[in-house]
Amino acid sequence: MTMFWTIWISVITLGSIIGCYVLLRWCLKNNAGVPEGESMGHEFDGIEELNNPLPKWWTYLFYVCIVWSFFYLALFPGLGSFGNLLGWKSSNQNIQSLEESRQMSAQAKETGALVKYDREMQFAEEKYSPIFEAYAKVPVEELAKDPNALKVGQRLFAQNCSQCHGSDARGQNGGFPNLTDDDWLYGGSGEKIKETLLNGRKAAMPAWLAAMGEQGIKETVAYVLSLSGRDTNMELRKAGKARYAACAACHGQDGKGNQLLGAPNLTDNIWLYGGSERAVTETLTYGRNGVMPAFKDTLGEHKIHVVATYVYSLSN
Amino acid sequence: MKNTHELIEKNVGLLTVLIFVAISLGAMVQITPLMFQQQTMEPVKDLRPYTPLELEGRDIYIREGCVGCHSQMIRPFRAETERYGHYSVAGESVWEHPFLWGSKRTGPDLARVGGRYSDQWHIVHLRNPRDVVPESNMPGFPWLEENELTGELTAKKMEVFRGFGVPYTDEDIAGAKEAVKGKTEMQALVAYLQSLGTHLK
Repeated sequence: MTMFWTIWISVITLGSIIGCYVLLRWCLKNNAGVPEGESMGHEFDGIEELNNPLPKWWTYLFYVCIVWSFFYLALFPGLGSFGNLLGWKSSNQNIQSLEESRQMSAQAKETGALVKYDREMQFAEEKYSPIFEAYAKVPVEELAKDPNALKVGQRLFAQNCSQCHGSDARGQNGGFPNLTDDDWLYGGSGEKIKETLLNGRKAAMPAWLAAMGEQGIKETVAYVLSLSGRDTNMELRKAGKARYAACAACHGQDGKGNQLLGAPNLTDNIWLYGGSERAVTETLTYGRNGVMPAFKDTLGEHKIHVVATYVYSLSN
Repeated sequence: MKNTHELIEKNVGLLTVLIFVAISLGAMVQITPLMFQQQTMEPVKDLRPYTPLELEGRDIYIREGCVGCHSQMIRPFRAETERYGHYSVAGESVWEHPFLWGSKRTGPDLARVGGRYSDQWHIVHLRNPRDVVPESNMPGFPWLEENELTGELTAKKMEVFRGFGVPYTDEDIAGAKEAVKGKTEMQALVAYLQSLGTHLK
């Protein structure tokens, strides 16, 4: 802050405080033109206004506040660049990037500067990071047996994941997978779940309307539905089987999907976007682009390890 | 001795002036210097102006009164940053006119909602929030999908923002109408939401 604004702030702030003091002193004098304790000459419904002085307790409180304000301004930032003997800051200011924010926090830690937010984070770090570090050393499959870790994971899940996957993790129709059914798009091992959480996933089911035409889609749908044991029109199904060659590239010749690509298994009658004829037709016609957001920056690796453990535990 | 205080008590005009003076003392200390601080005028490193579609989405955000229930200001407390991400910094808001920081959180803070959910989630959620969050008390906004943008005023809005110092180029403004025409309000609002808080990298 420049000297001009520092002086600007200081003059107005200190001037106001001194002004309050002067006003108080003036109000303590008898300015009413009536002797103390006597009637001011008003009367309403038999209630008279007397010229009484300000209450003593209130006056002393006022003095205390004025004195306190000088201590406060000396210790905390209230006068621009003046005062602030504690070097107190609510948080690091003037940040241009996350990298700069980290640097400033590290610097504050080194110099012992009193940045309130950094102190709060540091305190939490010291308290909680040993717990998370200990968890991080145990593989997800093992950690899933630790009820405390699962409790932590469940809390983090409720806060970060339940908006899409539901607080019971059973997902929602419309592209938000059920996490409790042991049917995985990208793999259900601890490592795979972690990978999904860290970097997110982008699914790409293309639209087939242009390539197949409406009749083609009808046929393909008939075949796809038959893969999970549904009874569909024989002729459509036969024609659809020939068309399925295009689908097999991702979903596999047997329709069991491919976890490397996130292509769903079509034979298990579990549907991400609904398994009705209409829903599958829509999927084929317009395609689907499911997105799992990346949580690396939001949660960090240690917490993701615990969330992955919780998710793993849901179906194991 | 005469009661001098009576002069203020019985003269509303004078009382108003003195109240005004008393309040502006606070504003002069708290607000005026901030307008001249470098940190409130310098954008963060990766800040970019809103695209035309995002800008239209922002206007829909204002029109539907989202700011009444959602703040866009993450305060520097651990309780907030654990949930929402890095606290908001001044440099992220230098091109915001007016600010949509809000002061009421019936719903969660949205300052860093960008990238947090998929586009599809936003669409389902805006149509009827209870389809994805059963406990939600947010109203649905199904008409956003039906209303189409014409883009008639988009270029003008961008020019106004340029007047405020937002670095839109002539090219940006020329292509504005094309960029939003025929898009639904839903698409615009989702584009806006997905951009929030993503510039502090």
